[in-house]
Amino acid sequence: MIGNPGQILEWDQSRGEFNHPIYWGSMFTKAHKRKFNTTEEELAIVSAKNHKQAMDNPNSYSHEPYTISQIMNSKIITDDLRILDCSYPCSGSASVLLVSEDMIKKFTDTPIWISGIGQKTTSASFTKNNLSNLSSTISASKDAYAMSNTSSADIDVAEVHDAFSVCELMAVEDLGLTAESTSTEFIRNLFNTGDRKINPRGGLIGSGHPLGATGISQIIEITQQLQNNAEQRQIPNVKKGLVHNMSAAATSSTVLILES
Amino acid sequence: MNRFENELKNGNFVVSECVNCKQIVWPTSDFCNICYNTTKWRNVNSIGIIIEFSKKNNSFFGLIEIEQNLRVMGKINANKIPEINQKVELKECSFNKTPRFIFEVIPN
Repeated sequence: MIGNPGQILEWDQSRGEFNHPIYWGSMFTKAHKRKFNTTEEELAIVSAKNHKQAMDNPNSYSHEPYTISQIMNSKIITDDLRILDCSYPCSGSASVLLVSEDMIKKFTDTPIWISGIGQKTTSASFTKNNLSNLSSTISASKDAYAMSNTSSADIDVAEVHDAFSVCELMAVEDLGLTAESTSTEFIRNLFNTGDRKINPRGGLIGSGHPLGATGISQIIEITQQLQNNAEQRQIPNVKKGLVHNMSAAATSSTVLILES
Repeated sequence: MNRFENELKNGNFVVSECVNCKQIVWPTSDFCNICYNTTKWRNVNSIGIIIEFSKKNNSFFGLIEIEQNLRVMGKINANKIPEINQKVELKECSFNKTPRFIFEVIPN
């Protein structure tokens, strides 16, 4: 992991020697705890849910159904991160066939349409982030929803960028998938009811994080869900899905709205 | 190696400031990213505040705001758990592959 320029972001000198992703993950996590009184258990539920959902993903890196207790007692990375709060960097590849509307019928009778897309980069430096939200995600999702004439209430399934547990809690609020200050309750409810709406393939925490391949893998999952082709992971009656991908310590976000 | 890195190697934390609009351009640059005028180099204020912090291996680290929009991640020397908005002083800076900043809390 160390030495991969895609992860340590060599251009961001404002992070000094603390350029490994665990440090920005720790800052967001600590800030979330401070703002919402988020507990270690509430963070662990994100990881437990995504590891559990990854069990039904044949391409996932993890095939361990870690319990909340195992996650809370996993190796300490910093005061605010355990090893199982972190996505695992790995090798991987993914591809999609992107075809124009004129040509699509040559390839499939069940195309999935990109109805909205938003991309926002707020800065080249993590240190300029407002730690209380993912501002690039808020901005990118507004553009994507507007382009597709969709509201967050219409989203049936979403892949969100859970590089660390706290990122999923922040993303579901900043994408409007749950109301402000309700993310921990929202994720706990999904976990307890077996609802796979968020990160059905296991997210980055369960599937592994092969950097550039991650975003395409997220698109594949939502595409399969919309094509009713996600096998054990299938969520019934899916009409609209969302893909949320971040890069450069949350300073950049891309949001797609996909429809069948 | 640029001016910023060279100065850090000598223990000086300098930033670029626009000669026209006086904004600190951070990360450093020879040109202002707001009005595109040239910049001049100057030492930063050595007093900052803690925006957020955590701990690894019994050592505190965190996000420090020094002036205006100037924030860096650095080590925080403290005898007890620091507090948000607590003042810190830059005690040491250097450069070896990455910048390195060491702050010390100023007791309230």
